[in-house]
Amino acid sequence: MTGDPAVLATRAGSVTAEVPRAAQAPVQRVVEVLARRPVNAYVELTLAAPEIAGRAEPGQFVAFAIGGATSALLLRRSIAIAGAGDGVVTVVVAPHGPGSTWLSERGPGNSVDVVGPLGRPFPGAPAGARALLVGGGYGTAALVGLAARLRADGHPVDAVAGAASADRLCSVPELTGVADRVEVTTDDGSAGRRGMVTLAVDELLAGAGVVYACGPMPMLRAVADAATARGVPSYVAVEESMACGIGVCMTCVLPVIGDDGRTRFSRSCTEGPVFGGDRVRFADVGRLPHDVVGADAMGVVAP
Amino acid sequence: MTAVETAVDMRTALGGVEIPDPVLTASGCSAFGRELEPFVDLTAIGAVVTKSVQLRPRSGRPTPRMAETPSGMLNSIGLQGPGIDGLLADDLPWLAERGARAFVSIAGTRVEHFAELAERLRGVPGVLGLEVNISCPNVESRGEVFACDPVAASDVIAAVRAAADPGQPVYAKLSPDVTDIVSVARACADAGADGLSMINTLLGLVIDPDTMRPVLGGVTGGLSGPAIRPVALRCVWQVHAALPHVPILGMGGIRSGLDALQFVLAGASAVSVGTAVFNDPSAPARISAELATALADRGFATLTEAVGYAHRDVA
Repeated sequence: MTGDPAVLATRAGSVTAEVPRAAQAPVQRVVEVLARRPVNAYVELTLAAPEIAGRAEPGQFVAFAIGGATSALLLRRSIAIAGAGDGVVTVVVAPHGPGSTWLSERGPGNSVDVVGPLGRPFPGAPAGARALLVGGGYGTAALVGLAARLRADGHPVDAVAGAASADRLCSVPELTGVADRVEVTTDDGSAGRRGMVTLAVDELLAGAGVVYACGPMPMLRAVADAATARGVPSYVAVEESMACGIGVCMTCVLPVIGDDGRTRFSRSCTEGPVFGGDRVRFADVGRLPHDVVGADAMGVVAP
Repeated sequence: MTAVETAVDMRTALGGVEIPDPVLTASGCSAFGRELEPFVDLTAIGAVVTKSVQLRPRSGRPTPRMAETPSGMLNSIGLQGPGIDGLLADDLPWLAERGARAFVSIAGTRVEHFAELAERLRGVPGVLGLEVNISCPNVESRGEVFACDPVAASDVIAAVRAAADPGQPVYAKLSPDVTDIVSVARACADAGADGLSMINTLLGLVIDPDTMRPVLGGVTGGLSGPAIRPVALRCVWQVHAALPHVPILGMGGIRSGLDALQFVLAGASAVSVGTAVFNDPSAPARISAELATALADRGFATLTEAVGYAHRDVA
């Protein structure tokens, strides 16, 4: 593996590289919704967005304005890109609040104001590595484009899709068309094997040279920890709540370890959403540890 | 009212320094400008008002830092930032290289912190002036916010004015969370402020009905967005009425050109666009264009003619 950029850039003590920025800048466009397709508990929207589609890389996301120019919901909703190509972008919307519900009700004939592609994409796999992709709930959608790219680059791909129940699964048919093997787990056993994704991850990790994951924080933590314990690099796409998606609001920060070994509050939007799985201090999310850069100025000192 | 064909002269000034456009970003809502580059011509807007900088790098508060509220949001970032060294090494040179004007927001917890920051910013290329964020706890007054006490506020402004580059106007950013904003405004003007920025956020709280705990890690947070616009406009109105010769940079929920027009009519000679940027990253440029159209539609040939126009006597 000597000469592989993902390895060369690795800092001492870390098995992942700092994830580089995307090649291209985002754009803001008002785009037409071409199709709306309910998928289990979610809604897949297809957008006519050639400039975003042409720039997007797997792992990136888009940010939608909700309602019109006088909407009382001001904050953008950031959603992973599930597919990009041929001038269209697809996203999977999980309606859970008024904003995501509004978005999930858009259909052909509607336009939406969208900014993207945003964030840092998944880095490539080490040469010859078998890739393991792990998705939780609608987070699985973010892995479909990655699976296709990895296969095109000649990597064997295994995938695990998990959810609380069968209706919360996502993108399993799309992954099945691309990955060599797809394992499904649900917490209640309503589809696939009963249990958490880690059930399948533990079996497939042995053959994996790199792990990619997208889903809820506890799942990302479990997958990243399992990979790191075996010395396998993992890259996780986090789902932090963001107000802007472009890096100006500073609300979506996580404690992340940099190449210099120091922890900073890093923005999930512009420094993520993809981070090395061994660089996110999952146990310290929502806390201010004393060794975060600048914690001393907040009055937090070493015990 | 008939539409005017000719373009409106949008030039205005911050203190004595002329700027080509009256629309600026707002401190804390556009970081240090870099992230807006894909969406806004940073050289065309009045200035980039930077996120408040302090002497040392700050991590900011733990998450959650944000809650959406009706027509607004509550934030508790805790002034995360690189500190003055980082600002001078990276962010200000980046803006200066592009020819963007920086209006640097400074913050501190002691009077001498503010003065030291002003001193460090003397003569720095691209720095148009200073906005003094006095909505910070004063460690020498048991954490009372400078902006809530006319004496403490004027102490900071006097120290900054004395330390700052004479060519850089000093604006005091006022808090609306006071009984009498005019008295604080007057104290700041008397202490040498070249202008007043108003308003900062209002202190607010959101409780999660599921966890039955405050949503924000910092418990309380600053309320911003169109929800606070009438409060901001009232503050600008009152201060302009009392101190008509003190320039005002107006802000608080500006989302459209007509919103900006209201601030100008109330007495602001320039405006900052803050939370609207989260909704629409191209908002500063859009609002400037909308304001120019709105002024033209009302027969104004220049922006300055419209400043304070709502205060005129009507028969």
